[in-house]
Amino acid sequence: MKAFINGQSVISPQNTFTEERFPDVPVSYTGIRSLRCIEPQYSEFIDPMAARRMSRIIKMGVCSAMKCLRNAGIKNPDAIITGTGLGCIEDTTRFLASIYNNNEQLLNPTPFIQSTHNTVGASIALILKCNNYNNTYVHRGFSFESALTDALMLLGEGEADNILVGGLDEMTPELFAITDRLGFWKKEPVDNLSLKNYTGNGTIGGEGTAFFILSRNKNEKTTACIRSVNTFFNPAGIEEVESKLSKILAGDDETFIKPDLVLLGLNGDAGGDEIYENLNKSIFKDIPSAYYKHLCGEYDTSVSFAMALAAGIIRGQRVPGILSLKGSVTGAINKILIYNHLRNINHSAIVVTSC
Amino acid sequence: MLITGAGIISSIGLNYKENAASLLSQVSGIGKMTGLDSFYRDQLPVAEVRATNDELREMAMLKPGSAYSRTTLLGLIAAREALDDAGIENISESSTGLVSASTVGGMDRTEKFFRKFMKDNSHGRLKDVVTHDMGDSTEKIARTFGISDYITTISTACSSSANAILLGARLIENGIVDRVLAGGVDALTLFTINGFNSLLILDKNGCKPFDNERNGLTLGEGSAFLVLEAERVVKMTGRKTRGEVIGYGNACDAFHQTASSPEGNGAFLSMSKALEKARFSAGDIDYINAHGTGTKNNDLSEGKAVERLFAGKVPPYSSTKAFTGHTLGAAGAVEAVFSLMAIENQCIWPNLRFGNKMTELESEPVSVLKTGIPITNVLSNSFGFGGNNTSLIFSKC
Repeated sequence: MKAFINGQSVISPQNTFTEERFPDVPVSYTGIRSLRCIEPQYSEFIDPMAARRMSRIIKMGVCSAMKCLRNAGIKNPDAIITGTGLGCIEDTTRFLASIYNNNEQLLNPTPFIQSTHNTVGASIALILKCNNYNNTYVHRGFSFESALTDALMLLGEGEADNILVGGLDEMTPELFAITDRLGFWKKEPVDNLSLKNYTGNGTIGGEGTAFFILSRNKNEKTTACIRSVNTFFNPAGIEEVESKLSKILAGDDETFIKPDLVLLGLNGDAGGDEIYENLNKSIFKDIPSAYYKHLCGEYDTSVSFAMALAAGIIRGQRVPGILSLKGSVTGAINKILIYNHLRNINHSAIVVTSC
Repeated sequence: MLITGAGIISSIGLNYKENAASLLSQVSGIGKMTGLDSFYRDQLPVAEVRATNDELREMAMLKPGSAYSRTTLLGLIAAREALDDAGIENISESSTGLVSASTVGGMDRTEKFFRKFMKDNSHGRLKDVVTHDMGDSTEKIARTFGISDYITTISTACSSSANAILLGARLIENGIVDRVLAGGVDALTLFTINGFNSLLILDKNGCKPFDNERNGLTLGEGSAFLVLEAERVVKMTGRKTRGEVIGYGNACDAFHQTASSPEGNGAFLSMSKALEKARFSAGDIDYINAHGTGTKNNDLSEGKAVERLFAGKVPPYSSTKAFTGHTLGAAGAVEAVFSLMAIENQCIWPNLRFGNKMTELESEPVSVLKTGIPITNVLSNSFGFGGNNTSLIFSKC
């Protein structure tokens, strides 16, 4: 089943929400260890009374969902599916702290209510009064990909014409402190736009929300198509990654069909980037490649940011310089492979094409 | 979608056999809180799995001291039982997926970590927090049993594992894999006890689903998994079946973040969709295993929706939450297993602790064990915060 991307809206550390000069003039951050989203004016998209009760991730998620629907001209989607690695971690932390700070007594229930991973998907349904299919995936680096797979299946099952699909994750000071101790991040502050030039282990933190309308039919708003979504867990080595990716890119006669561009999850972490570098020398040899995590940072659902970029590249028929990693595209850009791995455990590959 | 295996661990038993025996002997698992160091230890009853983490580790065949969350331990035990029950020796003989579900994942260990971390963020043992996220238990189960063809985790509050079973069925129907281990798990935590307590929906005397004087839910813990297989694979292997997933429906109530609509719109829709998928009419349902949490709001909303959908011919229904408490992310899977047990034993599980009929409803739940009843199709409801409602229909093969 292929799905037409008929709308999108992204909140990220870049000017993706307003699309003002993005991605041609990227926002650069100097001396940072984690990127934070540029938050929009919410009042145009969320009732201020309601927004006051929402945490940052709920506001960002709901706001990008509302704008996505507006962009696509869809009032009530046939399904709402979200993916999030850690859900509403700020409210989770807040409620946990209140348990200990108040010796379990007289607790405010709001952070508990809003701590559930389905809060954003449910809030969108509540605002839209949308009674349709609603699901939330919460599996590390497979969260957004699982939501996409579900959407593709629903479209194929004839259960839906237009589906709202989103990926969302937030960074909080507590999460950064914990993951820093786990060695996820570079110890020295970096300049985000030069991320790939730093050596050593670790990357930069990130966050974002990205929503899409995936449809069964093409219309005047269609930017690109999703052809396939694949995830693979804990591969034994680079050979297994190569063989899985080769299969994904194979045509009907099983010969390898080169994509016009590969968009990689390279993040400046020496250990993890070795996988991308090896692929660039093997099956991706002679294929121009691009990357994106210097713009949004690392988080479980960063592939949703990459998918928005891929759709933009296909619509605009050019690879913005800031994304370029290796080689340059000379002809038309009709097929992009997004390949990402999260700490070499959760690998995913999405094929986005022109329609 | 055929069900070839089932595994379960709950407050009424550490395996399938024990759970069935407790249901048949009408013994509830609700009792005094012993496993958690909570302020509410003597005030709020819970439905605990009667085994310490050390005992669970042994049952899960792990080395003593392994840094696994209670959630993962419960999940591993139920998952292993389901795979053994299906007689699967070589997991890679068919492409296999794992769809698990949870609401708080490894929160039991996170709580230990966080108490120290919040005083000084260089404190707290990291091995207590790396198990926090929902994916952790799923990946440990996947690694233990060598499942790698499709892995994901769902979290839609109290309907999480009903959605895992729904997705499992669809993954097979869509040809993505031939077999799915689908279910869910949640352990009791301070986080959930205090969360539901802050909402003032925990009954100090233990839940009384569908009773006029019901006063809230009782939290439980546990895990259950089903092995779902494509019909052609089952034919090839000649495996026995416990039943099939014949219908499913997912709808959103879209009324309130924590409350259900008074007329039960979401519940009505998820049940209607499940009937439609099964190509059933209302009269085909022999028993409804209700969500029936025991809160004022849920039972009224669900009862109204059932009476509207089955107008005048409401099938026998009961909630088994007075046995197991509300096992949150595991509830859909636990009750899926209870639905299969109702088919296997040809009986209707009693709605324990029921006293008085709700004034707002025409009907009342089955309150004593009914045996020798022909049960072919069971509808099982799971409704969650955010209005995430899912209904499943299980049938005798």
